[in-house]
Amino acid sequence: MTKLKFVENVKPDVTTDIVYMMCPMHLLKLEEMMSTLEDGQILELLTDYDGALEDIPEWCEKTGNEFIGVDEGEDYFKFYIRKRGSGKYCPVPSDNNGK
Amino acid sequence: MECYFDHVATNPLREEVLEAMMPFLREEFGNPLSVYPLGIKAREAIENARAQVAGLINSKPSEIVFTSSGAEANNFALRGIALARQYEGKHVIVTRMEHHSILNPARFLEKLGFTVTYVNPDKYGFIDPDSIKKAITDETILISVIHASPEVGTIEPVKEIAQIAKERNITFHTDGVATVGNIPVDVKDLGVDLMSMAAHQFYGPKGAGALYIREGQRIIPLIFGGIQEGGRRAGTENVPAIVGMGKAAEITKEELHRKMEHVKKLRDRLVDGVMKIDNVHFTGHPENRLPGHASFCVEFIEGEGMLLMLSAKGIYAASGSACTSKALKASPVLLSMGIPSHVAHGSIVFSFGLENTMEQIEYTLEEFPQIIKRLRELSPYAKGWEGLEEGGTCIQKK
Repeated sequence: MTKLKFVENVKPDVTTDIVYMMCPMHLLKLEEMMSTLEDGQILELLTDYDGALEDIPEWCEKTGNEFIGVDEGEDYFKFYIRKRGSGKYCPVPSDNNGK
Repeated sequence: MECYFDHVATNPLREEVLEAMMPFLREEFGNPLSVYPLGIKAREAIENARAQVAGLINSKPSEIVFTSSGAEANNFALRGIALARQYEGKHVIVTRMEHHSILNPARFLEKLGFTVTYVNPDKYGFIDPDSIKKAITDETILISVIHASPEVGTIEPVKEIAQIAKERNITFHTDGVATVGNIPVDVKDLGVDLMSMAAHQFYGPKGAGALYIREGQRIIPLIFGGIQEGGRRAGTENVPAIVGMGKAAEITKEELHRKMEHVKKLRDRLVDGVMKIDNVHFTGHPENRLPGHASFCVEFIEGEGMLLMLSAKGIYAASGSACTSKALKASPVLLSMGIPSHVAHGSIVFSFGLENTMEQIEYTLEEFPQIIKRLRELSPYAKGWEGLEEGGTCIQKK
Protein backbone atom coordinates (compact mmCIF):
# COMPACT_ATOMS: atom_id res chain seq x y z
CA MET A 1 0.00 0.00 0.00
CA THR A 2 1.26 3.46 -0.93
CA LYS A 3 2.13 5.59 2.07
CA LEU A 4 -0.35 8.37 2.80
CA LYS A 5 1.04 11.90 3.13
CA PHE A 6 -0.79 14.78 4.81
CA VAL A 7 -0.21 18.29 3.51
CA GLU A 8 -1.52 21.83 3.98
CA ASN A 9 -1.63 25.00 1.90
CA VAL A 10 -0.91 23.42 -1.47
CA LYS A 11 -1.72 25.79 -4.35
CA PRO A 12 -3.45 23.89 -7.15
CA ASP A 13 -3.75 24.85 -10.83
CA VAL A 14 -7.15 23.17 -11.21
CA THR A 15 -9.81 22.09 -8.69
CA THR A 16 -12.55 19.53 -9.20
CA ASP A 17 -15.32 19.06 -6.63
CA ILE A 18 -16.90 15.60 -6.54
CA VAL A 19 -18.12 15.67 -2.94
CA TYR A 20 -21.12 13.32 -2.50
CA MET A 21 -20.62 11.73 -5.93
CA MET A 22 -20.48 7.97 -5.72
CA CYS A 23 -17.47 5.66 -6.00
CA PRO A 24 -15.67 5.16 -8.37
CA MET A 25 -16.26 8.74 -9.62
CA HIS A 26 -13.08 9.74 -7.75
CA LEU A 27 -11.06 7.60 -10.18
CA LEU A 28 -13.03 8.47 -13.31
CA LYS A 29 -12.93 12.21 -12.62
CA LEU A 30 -9.27 12.00 -11.64
CA GLU A 31 -8.39 10.41 -14.97
CA GLU A 32 -10.54 12.87 -16.90
CA MET A 33 -9.06 15.92 -15.18
CA MET A 34 -5.44 14.74 -15.32
CA SER A 35 -5.72 14.29 -19.08
CA THR A 36 -6.40 18.04 -19.36
CA LEU A 37 -3.32 19.14 -17.32
CA GLU A 38 0.19 20.05 -18.51
CA ASP A 39 3.31 18.40 -17.14
CA GLY A 40 4.00 19.82 -13.64
CA GLN A 41 0.51 21.23 -12.99
CA ILE A 42 -1.32 20.34 -9.79
CA LEU A 43 -4.86 18.99 -9.51
CA GLU A 44 -6.91 19.46 -6.33
CA LEU A 45 -9.67 16.85 -6.03
CA LEU A 46 -12.35 17.26 -3.35
CA THR A 47 -14.18 14.13 -2.24
CA ASP A 48 -15.92 12.76 0.86
CA TYR A 49 -15.22 9.14 -0.16
CA ASP A 50 -12.74 7.62 2.31
CA GLY A 51 -11.83 4.81 -0.09
CA ALA A 52 -9.99 7.48 -2.06
CA LEU A 53 -7.33 7.55 0.69
CA GLU A 54 -6.16 4.20 -0.66
CA ASP A 55 -7.18 4.47 -4.31
CA ILE A 56 -5.69 7.82 -5.29
CA PRO A 57 -2.10 7.21 -4.04
CA GLU A 58 -2.21 3.79 -5.71
CA TRP A 59 -3.48 5.28 -8.94
CA CYS A 60 -0.63 7.79 -8.89
CA GLU A 61 1.91 5.03 -8.35
CA LYS A 62 0.53 2.97 -11.22
CA THR A 63 0.33 5.87 -13.66
CA GLY A 64 3.60 7.62 -12.78
CA ASN A 65 2.00 10.80 -11.47
CA GLU A 66 3.09 12.39 -8.19
CA PHE A 67 0.85 12.06 -5.17
CA ILE A 68 1.61 15.26 -3.26
CA GLY A 69 -0.69 14.47 -0.34
CA VAL A 70 -4.07 14.88 1.24
CA ASP A 71 -5.53 17.66 3.38
CA GLU A 72 -8.24 16.32 5.67
CA GLY A 73 -11.12 18.75 6.21
CA GLU A 74 -14.13 18.32 8.47
CA ASP A 75 -16.52 17.01 5.82
CA TYR A 76 -14.29 15.96 2.94
CA PHE A 77 -10.72 15.35 1.76
CA LYS A 78 -8.60 17.50 -0.55
CA PHE A 79 -6.23 15.43 -2.65
CA TYR A 80 -3.26 16.99 -4.47
CA ILE A 81 -1.73 15.30 -7.51
CA ARG A 82 1.04 16.69 -9.77
CA LYS A 83 0.98 15.64 -13.39
CA ARG A 84 4.19 13.94 -14.44
CA GLY A 85 4.90 13.54 -18.12
CA SER A 86 2.22 11.85 -20.14
CA GLY A 87 1.71 9.11 -17.59
CA LYS A 88 -0.45 6.30 -18.93
CA TYR A 89 -3.58 5.78 -16.92
CA CYS A 90 -4.64 2.33 -15.91
CA PRO A 91 -8.16 1.27 -16.92
CA VAL A 92 -10.82 2.13 -14.38
CA PRO A 93 -13.15 -0.70 -13.34
CA SER A 94 -16.59 -0.28 -14.87
CA ASP A 95 -19.74 -0.66 -12.85
CA ASN A 96 -21.51 -2.69 -15.45
CA ASN A 97 -23.25 -5.52 -13.74
CA GLY A 98 -26.79 -4.67 -14.73
CA LYS A 99 -27.88 -3.45 -11.29
CA MET B 1 -67.30 13.51 -28.67
CA GLU B 2 -64.23 12.78 -26.52
CA CYS B 3 -62.46 15.72 -24.91
CA TYR B 4 -59.27 15.12 -22.91
CA PHE B 5 -58.90 18.19 -20.68
CA ASP B 6 -56.51 16.82 -18.05
CA HIS B 7 -53.08 17.75 -19.38
CA VAL B 8 -51.78 18.61 -15.89
CA ALA B 9 -52.26 14.92 -15.01
CA THR B 10 -50.46 13.67 -18.10
CA ASN B 11 -50.19 14.05 -21.86
CA PRO B 12 -50.41 11.55 -24.70
CA LEU B 13 -47.10 10.31 -26.10
CA ARG B 14 -46.27 11.97 -29.40
CA GLU B 15 -45.82 9.73 -32.41
CA GLU B 16 -42.36 11.18 -33.23
CA VAL B 17 -41.30 10.55 -29.63
CA LEU B 18 -42.45 6.94 -29.75
CA GLU B 19 -40.55 6.47 -33.03
CA ALA B 20 -37.37 7.82 -31.46
CA MET B 21 -37.80 5.46 -28.50
CA MET B 22 -38.59 2.26 -30.40
CA PRO B 23 -35.04 1.23 -31.40
CA PHE B 24 -34.06 1.37 -27.72
CA LEU B 25 -36.93 -0.96 -26.80
CA ARG B 26 -35.81 -3.43 -29.49
CA GLU B 27 -32.41 -3.80 -31.11
CA GLU B 28 -30.51 -1.05 -29.28
CA PHE B 29 -30.81 -2.68 -25.89
CA GLY B 30 -27.24 -2.16 -24.67
CA ASN B 31 -26.26 -1.09 -21.18
CA PRO B 32 -24.92 2.47 -21.50
CA LEU B 33 -21.88 1.55 -19.38
CA SER B 34 -20.79 -1.27 -21.70
CA VAL B 35 -17.71 -0.54 -23.79
CA TYR B 36 -18.76 -2.35 -27.00
CA PRO B 37 -20.89 -0.69 -29.75
CA LEU B 38 -24.31 -1.55 -28.27
CA GLY B 39 -23.36 0.18 -25.04
CA ILE B 40 -21.72 3.11 -26.79
CA LYS B 41 -24.88 3.74 -28.86
CA ALA B 42 -27.02 3.73 -25.73
CA ARG B 43 -24.56 6.10 -24.01
CA GLU B 44 -24.56 8.46 -26.99
CA ALA B 45 -28.37 8.43 -27.08
CA ILE B 46 -28.52 9.44 -23.41
CA GLU B 47 -26.01 12.23 -23.90
CA ASN B 48 -27.96 13.48 -26.92
CA ALA B 49 -31.16 13.50 -24.83
CA ARG B 50 -29.32 15.35 -22.05
CA ALA B 51 -28.36 18.09 -24.51
CA GLN B 52 -31.95 18.28 -25.82
CA VAL B 53 -33.41 18.67 -22.30
CA ALA B 54 -30.72 21.23 -21.43
CA GLY B 55 -31.68 23.14 -24.58
CA LEU B 56 -35.29 23.42 -23.41
CA ILE B 57 -34.34 25.11 -20.12
CA ASN B 58 -31.08 26.86 -21.16
CA SER B 59 -28.74 24.84 -18.93
CA LYS B 60 -25.51 23.00 -19.65
CA PRO B 61 -26.04 19.31 -20.50
CA SER B 62 -23.82 18.39 -17.53
CA GLU B 63 -26.32 20.12 -15.22
CA ILE B 64 -29.11 17.63 -16.07
CA VAL B 65 -29.52 14.44 -13.98
CA PHE B 66 -32.15 12.04 -15.29
CA THR B 67 -34.60 10.53 -12.79
CA SER B 68 -37.65 8.25 -13.02
CA SER B 69 -40.17 11.07 -12.48
CA GLY B 70 -40.76 14.60 -11.31
CA ALA B 71 -41.57 13.19 -7.87
CA GLU B 72 -38.16 11.52 -7.67
CA ALA B 73 -36.50 14.76 -8.75
CA ASN B 74 -38.36 16.62 -5.97
CA ASN B 75 -37.39 14.02 -3.35
CA PHE B 76 -33.79 14.06 -4.57
CA ALA B 77 -33.60 17.86 -4.39
CA LEU B 78 -35.16 18.30 -0.98
CA ARG B 79 -33.45 15.44 0.83
CA GLY B 80 -30.17 15.71 -1.08
CA ILE B 81 -29.62 19.40 -0.38
CA ALA B 82 -30.91 19.32 3.21
CA LEU B 83 -28.58 16.45 4.10
CA ALA B 84 -25.62 17.93 2.22
CA ARG B 85 -25.96 21.25 4.06
CA GLN B 86 -27.20 20.06 7.46
CA TYR B 87 -24.02 21.10 9.24
CA GLU B 88 -24.57 24.71 8.15
CA GLY B 89 -28.15 24.82 9.45
CA LYS B 90 -31.27 22.77 9.83
CA HIS B 91 -34.06 25.02 8.61
CA VAL B 92 -35.94 24.49 5.36
CA ILE B 93 -38.68 26.65 3.79
CA VAL B 94 -41.40 25.27 1.52
CA THR B 95 -44.88 26.55 0.69
CA ARG B 96 -48.43 25.28 1.07
CA MET B 97 -48.71 25.28 -2.72
CA GLU B 98 -46.28 22.38 -3.12
CA HIS B 99 -46.95 18.91 -4.48
CA HIS B 100 -46.91 15.95 -2.08
CA SER B 101 -43.49 14.99 -3.43
CA ILE B 102 -42.17 18.13 -1.71
CA LEU B 103 -44.45 18.18 1.35
CA ASN B 104 -43.85 14.56 2.33
CA PRO B 105 -40.03 14.73 2.08
CA ALA B 106 -40.32 17.96 4.13
CA ARG B 107 -42.19 16.03 6.84
CA PHE B 108 -39.53 13.32 6.66
CA LEU B 109 -36.86 15.97 7.21
CA GLU B 110 -38.76 17.15 10.31
CA LYS B 111 -38.48 13.61 11.68
CA LEU B 112 -34.72 13.81 11.10
CA GLY B 113 -34.53 16.92 13.26
CA PHE B 114 -34.92 19.67 10.66
CA THR B 115 -37.31 22.56 11.19
CA VAL B 116 -39.58 23.28 8.24
CA THR B 117 -41.58 26.47 7.66
CA TYR B 118 -44.65 26.13 5.43
CA VAL B 119 -45.38 29.51 3.83
CA ASN B 120 -49.00 30.33 2.99
CA PRO B 121 -50.09 31.82 -0.35
CA ASP B 122 -52.54 34.67 -0.81
CA LYS B 123 -56.10 34.19 -2.07
CA TYR B 124 -54.79 33.76 -5.64
CA GLY B 125 -52.33 31.03 -4.64
CA PHE B 126 -49.51 33.54 -5.06
CA ILE B 127 -46.45 33.34 -2.79
CA ASP B 128 -45.32 36.81 -1.77
CA PRO B 129 -41.48 36.97 -1.88
CA ASP B 130 -41.64 39.05 1.31
CA SER B 131 -43.32 36.17 3.16
CA ILE B 132 -40.38 33.97 2.15
CA LYS B 133 -37.96 36.66 3.31
CA LYS B 134 -39.71 36.84 6.68
CA ALA B 135 -39.48 33.06 7.13
CA ILE B 136 -35.68 33.01 6.68
CA THR B 137 -33.57 32.43 9.79
CA ASP B 138 -29.81 32.11 10.38
CA GLU B 139 -30.33 28.36 10.13
CA THR B 140 -32.05 28.35 6.70
CA ILE B 141 -30.18 26.26 4.12
CA LEU B 142 -32.87 25.46 1.55
CA ILE B 143 -35.99 27.06 0.04
CA SER B 144 -38.29 25.21 -2.34
CA VAL B 145 -41.13 27.00 -4.14
CA ILE B 146 -43.23 25.44 -6.90
CA HIS B 147 -42.90 27.24 -10.24
CA ALA B 148 -46.63 26.93 -11.02
CA SER B 149 -49.46 25.13 -9.32
CA PRO B 150 -51.12 22.36 -11.32
CA GLU B 151 -54.21 22.83 -9.16
CA VAL B 152 -54.89 26.53 -9.63
CA GLY B 153 -52.43 27.45 -12.40
CA THR B 154 -50.79 30.37 -10.57
CA ILE B 155 -47.20 31.07 -11.63
CA GLU B 156 -45.01 31.90 -8.64
CA PRO B 157 -42.35 34.66 -8.52
CA VAL B 158 -39.45 32.21 -8.43
CA LYS B 159 -36.98 34.66 -9.97
CA GLU B 160 -37.45 37.13 -7.12
CA ILE B 161 -37.33 34.37 -4.51
CA ALA B 162 -34.20 32.87 -6.10
CA GLN B 163 -32.52 36.27 -5.77
CA ILE B 164 -33.51 36.50 -2.09
CA ALA B 165 -32.05 33.03 -1.50
CA LYS B 166 -28.84 33.80 -3.40
CA GLU B 167 -28.17 36.95 -1.37
CA ARG B 168 -28.27 34.82 1.80
CA ASN B 169 -26.34 31.79 0.49
CA ILE B 170 -29.46 29.61 0.68
CA THR B 171 -29.93 26.89 -1.94
CA PHE B 172 -33.09 27.42 -4.01
CA HIS B 173 -35.13 24.66 -5.67
CA THR B 174 -38.22 24.99 -7.79
CA ASP B 175 -40.63 22.28 -8.90
CA GLY B 176 -40.97 22.99 -12.61
CA VAL B 177 -43.08 19.95 -13.46
CA ALA B 178 -46.11 22.05 -14.41
CA THR B 179 -44.15 24.74 -16.25
CA VAL B 180 -41.37 23.06 -18.27
CA GLY B 181 -42.92 22.46 -21.69
CA ASN B 182 -45.87 24.74 -20.98
CA ILE B 183 -44.25 28.18 -20.65
CA PRO B 184 -40.70 29.36 -21.45
CA VAL B 185 -38.36 28.31 -18.64
CA ASP B 186 -34.77 29.59 -18.52
CA VAL B 187 -32.91 28.41 -15.43
CA LYS B 188 -30.12 30.96 -15.86
CA ASP B 189 -32.58 33.83 -16.07
CA LEU B 190 -34.59 32.50 -13.11
CA GLY B 191 -31.38 32.04 -11.10
CA VAL B 192 -32.50 28.77 -9.52
CA ASP B 193 -30.03 26.22 -8.16
CA LEU B 194 -32.21 23.18 -8.82
CA MET B 195 -35.35 22.49 -10.83
CA SER B 196 -37.48 19.36 -11.24
CA MET B 197 -39.23 18.36 -14.46
CA ALA B 198 -41.17 15.43 -15.93
CA ALA B 199 -41.27 14.23 -19.55
CA HIS B 200 -44.94 13.26 -19.68
CA GLN B 201 -45.91 16.86 -19.00
CA PHE B 202 -44.68 17.77 -22.51
CA TYR B 203 -45.77 14.77 -24.58
CA GLY B 204 -42.86 12.56 -23.54
CA PRO B 205 -43.10 9.17 -21.85
CA LYS B 206 -43.94 8.42 -18.24
CA GLY B 207 -40.98 7.07 -16.27
CA ALA B 208 -38.63 9.87 -17.26
CA GLY B 209 -37.90 13.00 -15.28
CA ALA B 210 -34.90 15.16 -14.58
CA LEU B 211 -33.37 17.39 -11.96
CA TYR B 212 -31.44 20.43 -13.09
CA ILE B 213 -28.54 20.92 -10.67
CA ARG B 214 -26.53 24.11 -11.13
CA GLU B 215 -22.84 23.43 -11.75
CA GLY B 216 -20.93 23.38 -8.46
CA GLN B 217 -23.97 22.53 -6.32
CA ARG B 218 -23.26 19.66 -3.95
CA ILE B 219 -26.06 17.14 -3.39
CA ILE B 220 -26.28 13.77 -1.65
CA PRO B 221 -27.73 11.08 -3.93
CA LEU B 222 -31.19 9.63 -3.29
CA ILE B 223 -30.27 6.28 -4.84
CA PHE B 224 -26.82 4.95 -4.01
CA GLY B 225 -25.00 2.54 -6.27
CA GLY B 226 -22.90 2.95 -9.39
CA ILE B 227 -21.60 5.80 -11.49
CA GLN B 228 -24.65 6.43 -13.64
CA GLU B 229 -25.57 10.10 -14.00
CA GLY B 230 -22.12 11.23 -12.93
CA GLY B 231 -22.28 9.28 -9.67
CA ARG B 232 -25.40 11.17 -8.55
CA ARG B 233 -28.22 8.75 -9.40
CA ALA B 234 -27.48 5.03 -9.52
CA GLY B 235 -29.33 2.39 -11.53
CA THR B 236 -29.10 1.27 -15.14
CA GLU B 237 -30.65 4.08 -17.14
CA ASN B 238 -34.16 3.83 -18.63
CA VAL B 239 -32.71 4.49 -22.08
CA PRO B 240 -35.96 4.46 -24.14
CA ALA B 241 -37.70 6.84 -21.71
CA ILE B 242 -34.69 9.17 -21.57
CA VAL B 243 -34.46 9.23 -25.37
CA GLY B 244 -38.18 10.01 -25.47
CA MET B 245 -37.78 12.83 -22.97
CA GLY B 246 -35.01 14.33 -25.10
CA LYS B 247 -37.05 14.13 -28.29
CA ALA B 248 -40.12 15.60 -26.57
CA ALA B 249 -37.98 18.46 -25.23
CA GLU B 250 -36.59 19.19 -28.69
CA ILE B 251 -40.06 19.32 -30.29
CA THR B 252 -41.52 21.34 -27.40
CA LYS B 253 -38.81 23.97 -27.72
CA GLU B 254 -39.73 24.52 -31.35
CA GLU B 255 -43.50 24.72 -30.90
CA LEU B 256 -43.88 26.19 -27.41
CA HIS B 257 -45.17 29.61 -28.43
CA ARG B 258 -47.66 28.14 -30.90
CA LYS B 259 -48.89 25.77 -28.21
CA MET B 260 -49.24 28.58 -25.66
CA GLU B 261 -51.31 30.71 -28.05
CA HIS B 262 -53.53 27.75 -28.94
CA VAL B 263 -54.31 26.62 -25.39
CA LYS B 264 -54.79 30.17 -24.13
CA LYS B 265 -57.58 30.79 -26.67
CA LEU B 266 -59.31 27.59 -25.58
CA ARG B 267 -58.85 28.44 -21.91
CA ASP B 268 -60.22 31.96 -22.26
CA ARG B 269 -63.29 30.76 -24.13
CA LEU B 270 -64.04 28.12 -21.50
CA VAL B 271 -63.57 30.58 -18.64
CA ASP B 272 -65.89 33.12 -20.29
CA GLY B 273 -68.57 30.48 -20.69
CA VAL B 274 -68.27 28.83 -17.30
CA MET B 275 -68.22 32.10 -15.38
CA LYS B 276 -71.72 32.86 -16.69
CA ILE B 277 -73.01 30.08 -14.41
CA ASP B 278 -74.20 31.29 -10.99
CA ASN B 279 -72.10 30.59 -7.89
CA VAL B 280 -69.01 29.48 -9.76
CA HIS B 281 -65.68 30.92 -8.68
CA PHE B 282 -62.51 31.14 -10.68
CA THR B 283 -59.50 29.92 -8.64
CA GLY B 284 -55.88 30.95 -8.93
CA HIS B 285 -54.43 34.11 -10.36
CA PRO B 286 -56.58 35.69 -13.09
CA GLU B 287 -53.65 36.72 -15.33
CA ASN B 288 -50.37 35.32 -14.02
CA ARG B 289 -51.19 31.70 -14.68
CA LEU B 290 -50.46 28.74 -16.95
CA PRO B 291 -51.93 29.49 -20.39
CA GLY B 292 -53.77 26.19 -20.80
CA HIS B 293 -55.21 26.00 -17.30
CA ALA B 294 -58.71 26.87 -16.03
CA SER B 295 -59.78 26.05 -12.48
CA PHE B 296 -63.02 26.70 -10.66
CA CYS B 297 -64.94 26.01 -7.50
CA VAL B 298 -68.59 25.25 -8.17
CA GLU B 299 -70.71 25.86 -5.09
CA PHE B 300 -73.23 23.41 -3.56
CA ILE B 301 -71.88 20.29 -5.33
CA GLU B 302 -68.81 18.06 -5.25
CA GLY B 303 -65.98 17.86 -7.76
CA GLU B 304 -66.17 14.08 -8.02
CA GLY B 305 -69.83 14.21 -9.06
CA MET B 306 -69.00 16.68 -11.82
CA LEU B 307 -66.10 14.54 -13.00
CA LEU B 308 -68.23 11.41 -13.26
CA MET B 309 -71.03 13.13 -15.12
CA LEU B 310 -68.60 14.93 -17.43
CA SER B 311 -66.87 11.62 -18.04
CA ALA B 312 -70.19 10.06 -19.09
CA LYS B 313 -70.32 12.78 -21.74
CA GLY B 314 -66.75 12.05 -22.88
CA ILE B 315 -65.24 15.09 -21.13
CA TYR B 316 -62.25 14.26 -18.97
CA ALA B 317 -61.19 16.85 -16.38
CA ALA B 318 -59.73 16.78 -12.84
CA SER B 319 -60.67 17.83 -9.35
CA GLY B 320 -57.69 19.12 -7.37
CA SER B 321 -54.42 17.28 -7.77
CA ALA B 322 -54.56 13.71 -9.07
CA CYS B 323 -53.63 12.39 -5.59
CA THR B 324 -56.03 14.62 -3.61
CA SER B 325 -58.84 13.76 -5.97
CA LYS B 326 -58.45 10.04 -5.26
CA ALA B 327 -58.52 10.64 -1.50
CA LEU B 328 -61.79 12.61 -1.72
CA LYS B 329 -60.29 15.27 0.52
CA ALA B 330 -60.63 19.00 0.13
CA SER B 331 -57.45 20.19 -1.52
CA PRO B 332 -54.91 21.49 1.04
CA VAL B 333 -53.78 23.96 -1.63
CA LEU B 334 -57.26 25.48 -1.93
CA LEU B 335 -57.67 25.52 1.85
CA SER B 336 -54.33 27.32 2.23
CA MET B 337 -55.64 29.98 -0.17
CA GLY B 338 -58.42 30.62 2.32
CA ILE B 339 -61.15 28.85 0.35
CA PRO B 340 -63.63 27.29 2.82
CA SER B 341 -63.65 23.49 2.87
CA HIS B 342 -67.24 23.14 1.65
CA VAL B 343 -66.50 25.34 -1.36
CA ALA B 344 -63.14 23.65 -2.05
CA HIS B 345 -64.97 20.31 -2.44
CA GLY B 346 -66.50 21.72 -5.61
CA SER B 347 -63.11 22.13 -7.27
CA ILE B 348 -62.69 21.34 -10.94
CA VAL B 349 -59.69 21.79 -13.22
CA PHE B 350 -59.58 21.84 -17.03
CA SER B 351 -56.15 21.81 -18.67
CA PHE B 352 -55.61 21.93 -22.39
CA GLY B 353 -53.16 20.65 -24.96
CA LEU B 354 -52.29 20.86 -28.60
CA GLU B 355 -54.85 18.31 -29.73
CA ASN B 356 -57.82 20.12 -28.16
CA THR B 357 -60.16 22.16 -30.38
CA MET B 358 -62.62 25.03 -30.02
CA GLU B 359 -65.36 22.62 -31.03
CA GLN B 360 -64.59 20.58 -27.90
CA ILE B 361 -64.84 23.72 -25.77
CA GLU B 362 -68.23 24.65 -27.23
CA TYR B 363 -69.44 21.09 -26.62
CA THR B 364 -68.28 21.33 -23.00
CA LEU B 365 -70.04 24.67 -22.58
CA GLU B 366 -73.26 23.02 -23.71
CA GLU B 367 -72.94 20.05 -21.37
CA PHE B 368 -71.28 21.46 -18.24
CA PRO B 369 -74.06 23.91 -17.18
CA GLN B 370 -76.64 21.13 -17.47
CA ILE B 371 -74.49 18.82 -15.33
CA ILE B 372 -74.13 21.49 -12.66
CA LYS B 373 -77.89 22.12 -12.73
CA ARG B 374 -78.67 18.41 -12.37
CA LEU B 375 -76.18 17.92 -9.51
CA ARG B 376 -77.50 20.95 -7.69
CA GLU B 377 -81.01 19.57 -7.89
CA LEU B 378 -79.73 16.44 -6.14
CA SER B 379 -77.55 18.30 -3.64
CA PRO B 380 -78.56 18.58 0.05
CA TYR B 381 -77.41 22.18 -0.35
CA ALA B 382 -79.70 22.88 -3.32
CA LYS B 383 -80.99 25.94 -1.49
CA GLY B 384 -77.58 27.22 -0.45
CA TRP B 385 -75.10 26.76 2.37
CA GLU B 386 -77.70 26.75 5.10
CA GLY B 387 -76.05 25.94 8.41
CA LEU B 388 -72.55 26.38 7.04
CA GLU B 389 -70.23 29.34 7.27
CA GLU B 390 -70.48 31.89 4.48
CA GLY B 391 -68.35 30.74 1.54
CA GLY B 392 -66.70 32.51 -1.31
CA THR B 393 -65.40 35.54 0.52
CA CYS B 394 -61.84 34.74 -0.46
CA ILE B 395 -62.42 33.74 -4.05
CA GLN B 396 -63.47 36.19 -6.68
CA LYS B 397 -65.24 36.28 -9.96
CA LYS B 398 -62.79 36.95 -12.75
